[in-house]
Amino acid sequence: MAEFRLPKNSRVKKGKAFKAPKGATNTKTISVYRWDPDDGENPRMDSYEVDLDSCGPMVLDALIKIKNEMDSTLTFRRSCREGVCGSCAMNIDGKNGLACTTGLDETKGDIGVNPLPHMEIIKDLVPDMTNFYAQYASIEPWLKTKSVAPPDSERLQSHEDRAKLDGLYECILCACCSTSCPSYWWNEDRYLGPAVLLQAYRWLVDSRDEYAGERLDQLEDPFRLYRCHTIMNCAQACPKGLNPAKAIAEVKKMMVERQG
Amino acid sequence: MSLRTPISKVRGQGSAGSGTHHFWMQRVTAVALIPLVIWFLYALLSHMGGSRDEVIAWVSQPIVAVAFVLLLGAGLYHLKLGLQVVIEDYVHGEGMKLVSQLAVTLVTAAVGVASVFAVLKIAL
Repeated sequence: MAEFRLPKNSRVKKGKAFKAPKGATNTKTISVYRWDPDDGENPRMDSYEVDLDSCGPMVLDALIKIKNEMDSTLTFRRSCREGVCGSCAMNIDGKNGLACTTGLDETKGDIGVNPLPHMEIIKDLVPDMTNFYAQYASIEPWLKTKSVAPPDSERLQSHEDRAKLDGLYECILCACCSTSCPSYWWNEDRYLGPAVLLQAYRWLVDSRDEYAGERLDQLEDPFRLYRCHTIMNCAQACPKGLNPAKAIAEVKKMMVERQG
Repeated sequence: MSLRTPISKVRGQGSAGSGTHHFWMQRVTAVALIPLVIWFLYALLSHMGGSRDEVIAWVSQPIVAVAFVLLLGAGLYHLKLGLQVVIEDYVHGEGMKLVSQLAVTLVTAAVGVASVFAVLKIAL
């Protein structure tokens, strides 16, 4: 059955409070989920009073400042710091997003920062993405063809067909959408989730791909595809403004169309 | 600790090869239920306070009886499909899942047959 309360050793306790340096006048408190696999303790929320006058504008800037100046034990993923790599996906003030493109001024008052929801945690804000990546690999996200490649040119695509990939190819696989989806929370072992299904659709509508039938066969499953109940959290969460729910609806439409 | 590879877990027992029929029938019954439920609510309100004989005479009309059978059929089929999804979403133990799915199928089928029988008994 679905669990409505966290198991005993996962319940989040109150943690340490780090004060801003003396003389700081413009501060914001950021409370961050902390869990260390090595100490056997429950997770806790540590709070950090960040001096905004010496901090960049984004949540990621604050996290980096905390790690550099207040508490070097804080662990999180980050790389590009400009919304391209998807590494710093986390739950910021109850909404999944990228720490690097979420402004500190988007929330009044304190900010709560948690890892992506319903994922196994490796440490602090770092979730285990193994299952998510395996699901992505399972849809075989590459061009598959029966025909032989033209010997002296690329496989061509018309402008209209290329336009069909807009709103799909931009996905950075940050998993903000999948981990905001209740269907994915309850059945992440069998439901592919919005991010992976959006990618599945990206290859289904690619005019150069010749395996649409086999791809649809793979998705024809009560769990892999049909756990989507159009809750629409995915579209709400996507930091790139994409709409996975619409892509999933298009896949369902293709399924119905090929039946007759 | 499982030593299975992540991709082996995800591929699992493969695709079930079904799901679209369930999805489609849920939509078909939903569309059918829009006029049927509006009609039923209207009929219910317009017979408020009527006597037993009046209601029985009303149900006995062929069109009303047919509409009732359609409402019961579409409604209970829709109920069965919906509850099946709820169980698949939330019940994770294989045993419990099997028992709940069986119960939903059998109960909705029994309720369906009994209520259609009741309508026909009045109408015929």
